[in-house]
Amino acid sequence: MTSLSFELTIGILKIFSFVVPVLVSVALLVYLERKVLGAVQLRKGPNVVGPFGILQSFADVLKLLTKENLLPSSSNKFLFIFAPMLTLILSLIAWAVIPISSTYVIANINIGILYLFAVSSFGVYGVIIAGWASNSKYPFLGALRSAAQMISYEVSIGFVIITVLICVGSLNLIDIVESQKSMWFAIPLLPMFVIFIISALAETNRLPFDLPEDEATLVAGFFTEYSSISFGLFFLAEYANMILMSSLTVILFLGGWYPPIDIFPLNAIPGIFWFVIKVFLILFVFLWVRATFPRYRYDQLMRLGWKIFLPFTLIWVVITSAFLFYFGLLPN
Amino acid sequence: MTTLIKYIKSFTLFELMKGLKLTITYFFKPKVTLNYPNQKGPISPRFRGEHALRRYPNGEERCIACKLCEAVCPAQAITIEAEPKPDGSRRTTRYDIDMTKCIYCGLCEEACPVDAIVEGPNFEYATETREELLYDKEKLLRNGDIWEKQISENLKRDSKYR
Repeated sequence: MTSLSFELTIGILKIFSFVVPVLVSVALLVYLERKVLGAVQLRKGPNVVGPFGILQSFADVLKLLTKENLLPSSSNKFLFIFAPMLTLILSLIAWAVIPISSTYVIANINIGILYLFAVSSFGVYGVIIAGWASNSKYPFLGALRSAAQMISYEVSIGFVIITVLICVGSLNLIDIVESQKSMWFAIPLLPMFVIFIISALAETNRLPFDLPEDEATLVAGFFTEYSSISFGLFFLAEYANMILMSSLTVILFLGGWYPPIDIFPLNAIPGIFWFVIKVFLILFVFLWVRATFPRYRYDQLMRLGWKIFLPFTLIWVVITSAFLFYFGLLPN
Repeated sequence: MTTLIKYIKSFTLFELMKGLKLTITYFFKPKVTLNYPNQKGPISPRFRGEHALRRYPNGEERCIACKLCEAVCPAQAITIEAEPKPDGSRRTTRYDIDMTKCIYCGLCEEACPVDAIVEGPNFEYATETREELLYDKEKLLRNGDIWEKQISENLKRDSKYR
């Protein structure tokens, strides 16, 4: 009995040790995004609240919390409130299998990558439910777009992951990272790495693929009708998803917690530091891309997903497996 | 051949990389933002801001109630009433400017023969109610007293171009 409650306490503490840093880094990421966008546009970005404006996102959260939560009279009340919660929960439970270092992970399960893939596919439900429950035209269109978009990009993400799995021979995320000790997969699988980053942008509805929330045509897309903290939850979920996808990129392609070169002063630094640095770099790429490119048109997005990425990744799966088979490099 | 180059360019994301290179150079450039309430941009001596009625150095009002400004005002924002003073000089008894009507064209300033009504360098006079923007003579003279130093300096700097 006591050992059970002890384990439960440890488990809960472990969960909090993931969720709290994720939520704090969401706040910092929003701040960082505004700073990066500002810098690219020759502005300064937020610099009034706190030192260098670092508390700006906390002030914004307070503002959102004090606002009235509006429920449209024609909406489906239960689903309308449920959708943002679902989105946030799905973006947080995925962290259960993300290994920060070789020992530190909530659930070290041997199908980690499948679990992640399943959870990120579920993410579309939050968006569809929100768009449907709002009972309004723009959210509905946004939801439809998001469904089509996420499906088309998940296919190519799937093939990218398969390529990595062929090289590793395991579905366990820790094994995936450990097989990159000598060389990161980003080097031999560079085209896959690039496609994964682009698909991750589409998967998290970031610019240039943010069609579900396209301001120019759909007001605010699927969360047009949301206000106050239910809007805040969507916002939180979107950025938590961004951090999740960049951690996944780091795990699959950039050697997780390993330093760039395995020599003394670098490998003495704890792995968590390397992990955070790499995630930060990928996030910076996300923001950099957002600051640079205009939004894709909807049919261009679909063409890119189905006519370019899908055949390209398929061919690469074949090439990689043929190469590994021919040279006898297949793992076990 | 050109199609081959086109394909190579699109598969190596050549144009996209060019765009990313451009934005990263802007990322490191010095920023142009002014931290407005703490830092302010330069203002021309001709700047047409909040109105003011000036006085002579001995404290007497400059305005002689000629009503040229009232006549020239295209927005009809100025209202003047006048009568002779005991010493025989013409002075205004009422000089109102409706700041919500004013279009800041500066014609009143140009029409004035004695440089009495001027538009000063102040542009930070937002109010919380509409009524506060209906300026009367007292308010305009007070503005003149507050801003006289800068107004006369600006008039001097701009006088060679008038």
